[in-house]
Amino acid sequence: MIAFWLLAPVMVAAALGVLFARKAVHAALLLAVVMIGLAVLYLVQEAPFLFAVQIIVYTGAILMLFLFVMMLVGVDASDSVVETIKGQRLFAIIVGLLFGSVLVLGVAQVSVGAVVGLEAANADGNIQGLADLLFSRYAIAFEGTAALLITAAMGTMVLAHSERLKPRLSQQEMAAQRMRDYADSGKHPGPLPAPGVFARHNAVDTPALLPDGSTAELSISRVLAARGTVRSAPHLADDIEELTQHMHDDGSSNIPGRPDATPKGPLEGDPSDRRDDGEVQP
Amino acid sequence: MSETPFLVLSAILFTIGAVGVLTRRNALVLFMCVELMLNATNLALVTFSRVHGNLHGQVTAFFVMVVAAAEVVVGLAIIVTIFRTRRSASVDDASLLKY
Repeated sequence: MIAFWLLAPVMVAAALGVLFARKAVHAALLLAVVMIGLAVLYLVQEAPFLFAVQIIVYTGAILMLFLFVMMLVGVDASDSVVETIKGQRLFAIIVGLLFGSVLVLGVAQVSVGAVVGLEAANADGNIQGLADLLFSRYAIAFEGTAALLITAAMGTMVLAHSERLKPRLSQQEMAAQRMRDYADSGKHPGPLPAPGVFARHNAVDTPALLPDGSTAELSISRVLAARGTVRSAPHLADDIEELTQHMHDDGSSNIPGRPDATPKGPLEGDPSDRRDDGEVQP
Repeated sequence: MSETPFLVLSAILFTIGAVGVLTRRNALVLFMCVELMLNATNLALVTFSRVHGNLHGQVTAFFVMVVAAAEVVVGLAIIVTIFRTRRSASVDDASLLKY
């Protein structure tokens, strides 16, 4: 009973978390807490086989399937808070509270007689007892579940399989398409410009500079632009200015953060020359 | 070890799952709430199995788990198919039959 009183509040809290979590991933992890708690309660109630099945099938297989599908659908897919039916959420909560209170009160007041316990039924072991029932009295239902599982597996394969609607383009066709685009809209047929090659910094988040000083939008990934993590050219210029200023102040060309970057001996040139070569670490 | 607390916990979990099915819009969370309801009934079945002193309740709970596994597999495949065509996992967007 101690296990019950320890687990029950945690399980109810986790179930409420499933209800209120904005993100589906959080809901799935909280549901895992509820399921593991249930597994322990099965063990408390003399059902060791169901304890193992609960952990393996529910927490191990079904929830992991949920998480995989979440990866396919998008982890960030959070729930919308817009009500499509006016007042539906409020009514659902009221009905839920009424239903829950009636159910809890009803269950709490019913007396089902003395608890017999499973010592006699589990005398030969829980798994043996379950197998006795499963392969004698419930044999037809067991066969039914076999048919159900095979049908479900077939149905899933049919549903998840996607036909290729268009034939795969060959390299020649793609080249011809590029030339057609160039003729129609003037789209550059060659590869996209690399990031930052003319901007003294070749990280992917720095856009390349065009000859007139503006940035080449095509040179950075659209994802970075959407996230707003693109480093602007003026910002970078300030960094470079600061570094070169530092170099001139102490007379050496030692760039902070790169202690051994300067070649020694006759190879070392005028520091003013070094402003224009190579990359500069941020 | 009396049976009432287990049954009350089962009823509470079932109610939370039912409210979740009514209020949530994400098809995946909806499915999780259905799983919560199935698990709550399993707890009641296991409890009644102990009260009555035979294993029929546990066998039924086992069958419920098998059916739940099949249901989740097919349901998630449907969600993936809908997502592939409509780019959304919200149950409100799959309303094509309404018009």
